[in-house]
Amino acid sequence: MTTLAVPRSGRQLAGTGTLLRFALRRDRVMIPIWVGVNALMVLSMPNTLKNLYDTPAERADLLHQVATNASFRALIGPVFDTDLGALTAWRGGVYAGALAAVMSLIIVVRHTRDEEESGRQELVASGMVGRRASLTAALLAAAVANAVLALLVAAGLAGQGATGALALGLGLAGVGMLFSTMAAILAQLTESARLARGLTAAVLGTAFVLRAAGDSATTDGSSVLTWLSPLGWLENLRPYADERWWVLLLFAAAVAVQAAMAYELAGRRDVGMSFLPTRPGPAMGRLGTAGALAWRLQRGSVYGWSIGFFLAGVVYGGLTEGVADLVGDNENAREIFQRMGGQSGITDAFLASMVGMLGLIAALYVVGSVLRLHGEETSMRAEPVLANAVGRLRWAGGHLMIAFTGAALIMLLAGLGFAVGYGKQLGPILGACLVQLPAVWVVGGLAVLLYGVLPRAAVAAWGVAGAVLLIGWVGPALDAPQAVLDVSPFGHLPKLPGGGMEWGPVLVLLGLAVVLTAAGLAGLRRRDMTT
Amino acid sequence: MTKAITVSGLHKSFGKTHALDGLDLDVETGEVHGFLGPNGAGKSTTIRVLLGLLRADAGAAQVLGRDPWADAVEVHRRIAYVPGDVTLWRNLSGGEVIDLYGRLHDGGRAKRVRQGGGGRRAGGLDTRRRAELVERFELDPTKKGRTYSKGNRQKVALVAAFASDVDLLILDEPTSGLDPLMEEVFQRCVEEERERGRTILLSSHILSEVEELCDRVSIIRKGRTVESGSLADLRHLTRTSVTAELAGPPNGLSHLPGVHDLAVQSIGRGQGRRVRLQVDTDKLDAVLRSLSESGVRSLTSTPPTLEELFLRHYQEKAAAR
Repeated sequence: MTTLAVPRSGRQLAGTGTLLRFALRRDRVMIPIWVGVNALMVLSMPNTLKNLYDTPAERADLLHQVATNASFRALIGPVFDTDLGALTAWRGGVYAGALAAVMSLIIVVRHTRDEEESGRQELVASGMVGRRASLTAALLAAAVANAVLALLVAAGLAGQGATGALALGLGLAGVGMLFSTMAAILAQLTESARLARGLTAAVLGTAFVLRAAGDSATTDGSSVLTWLSPLGWLENLRPYADERWWVLLLFAAAVAVQAAMAYELAGRRDVGMSFLPTRPGPAMGRLGTAGALAWRLQRGSVYGWSIGFFLAGVVYGGLTEGVADLVGDNENAREIFQRMGGQSGITDAFLASMVGMLGLIAALYVVGSVLRLHGEETSMRAEPVLANAVGRLRWAGGHLMIAFTGAALIMLLAGLGFAVGYGKQLGPILGACLVQLPAVWVVGGLAVLLYGVLPRAAVAAWGVAGAVLLIGWVGPALDAPQAVLDVSPFGHLPKLPGGGMEWGPVLVLLGLAVVLTAAGLAGLRRRDMTT
Repeated sequence: MTKAITVSGLHKSFGKTHALDGLDLDVETGEVHGFLGPNGAGKSTTIRVLLGLLRADAGAAQVLGRDPWADAVEVHRRIAYVPGDVTLWRNLSGGEVIDLYGRLHDGGRAKRVRQGGGGRRAGGLDTRRRAELVERFELDPTKKGRTYSKGNRQKVALVAAFASDVDLLILDEPTSGLDPLMEEVFQRCVEEERERGRTILLSSHILSEVEELCDRVSIIRKGRTVESGSLADLRHLTRTSVTAELAGPPNGLSHLPGVHDLAVQSIGRGQGRRVRLQVDTDKLDAVLRSLSESGVRSLTSTPPTLEELFLRHYQEKAAAR
């Protein structure tokens, strides 16, 4: 007989070290990508901004524009100084903070509620693991990721001034940790990891809106609304503009309070249970077809994307007039928008580049929706469905219908939103939104092909969407060669509104999307289902 | 009698693993057929080939007279399947899943297929039967998928299968999460299905379950069929282990036919003896008679495990050579 040390009730953290190493090992690809992309975005800013605003006159002009243009402040926030460091903190801060928040919430939910929901937590908890160990390990994993991000930013921007770089790095990590503890609380409240992620993301969205509202009202970030938002704290930390170090204490206090709440909640509930109970469902079902099942499984996500795209359209549409004025005065910025949006009036170019942006994001929707097939198959939920009188094509067709028509729906709603926000040009804007679809569908078709022919590599479709996104976002700003821009299907679309409609490339892309999808389905019909 | 399932010389490899290595299987229409084998023997792989989810590398398979790969949908219209590990959608209630599976049998209210006999056949659930099964299995159909235990998820799939109007039920270790009471309900359901003339392929690694229910069994190991026949045919394979404490020395046990591995120990200082032996199950009666002559104080008997059965089977084959 071996004697096992029994954890005393005091040893609530037993096993944390092991769990942390395990979490970091499971995330060894995900965390470096999130941190790396975020840091790269921030670190590339000084160079980009130097090209945009080179002379003191240009910078003074920018300062003046930001001070007088409320919609621009709502979009990015106020500028506090004219050196490259301060401009970097202005241009990149809020968005890098939001990225750090998303990364953190994903890490924390993945290692807490996801584990409980899948039942894996029971096995872990039955080992030599304290009651608080899992939550602690998840928060520490997020802390590691945020610390690395802070280090990279502080070291990478040191050339612009080490103090400001440190402030920005710590501020980003502060936002990340604030949302990781927020996610830790919400993961205690809900029984579903998806819901926990969604609620935390909603908090992040609210923080963004509060900051935007506050910043549009004041020129120096002093609005109460801005102070209500953690993203506003980041801006009020004022990296590179007489740092207010005490703002970091706000982050520390919020993180401490939220962590304490999460621990308190976690200590009061059973493993796998939550404070918001699951409501019972109907005893008799009405689902009758594979298509209805697919819709039932995907409808929540379609609703979410629809609302998001419509609101994004309204917001960007509303900003169009003001931003176009602002950008129109800056030769370099105008050039970038025209590279993205076409050689026409600056308003049309801005609209076209924003619509193009949403098109790129719609590619993410279509990949996520197509890969539901992969999720259903690998979770073994597809097997009993296919054992009924449902052919593979009918089963896959239901999901693909939602993926492809869903993309059309969200682009249409984005167009309506634009028209509402901008107040004119409904027809041309709708046309511009719909012309994105062939490119979106090509990305979807590639996802189907990967899923049907190389199911093990199906998640590489996310890589395709990511690459397309990167080319579309960063390419024009870096003045990338046409050969690179041509890799993305979005590079071949006519620049609408403003430019002329070109049917040639659109029809070629449509054809390509059909061929890719058909090839993927043919592969699916022939191969073994994953077991 | 026509065959519900015929499989011959089935091969299937996953990379370097030969999951199926020339497997044969014949299931008569109307019988309950046990499909026995240890974990990893290839039971689930065979079933997935029969469902058209996997394509065999070589060999032939027919289900209800059709090719399960080419005519998957037509075959599936007439079969119901219960996987060994049921996964449900987190946000659908058990009742919704049961009804979904029922309707999917119909191909979503699509065309109904006319069978050779002229009878109308379609899937869809018999609602009375569904309600009765929900009650018998003590299933709460309003709970969402993520809140069911393993056994309850299994019940969802079992209710859907037993309530559908099909000819063939394919059950892959269906009782793995059920408690003994529910296992009994399951066994009665299987009996009822047999009385209705349905064919059942019941995969299991528990010999006693198969003995209870099945008309014939096929035993597979490492992707091959090692034995096939009625339970009476396979009786020579089943041996029971007996341990008894006797008041006095046993008498003539070693001369009885069918007794193997006999061991006798003294207990204490008196005449008491502890006897251990293995006996061919069909010779059990004579052994018990002989034991009771010596005065039985305690008796335990255990049916052979499947692994013991395989071991013996292989030893016999080796000895015969």
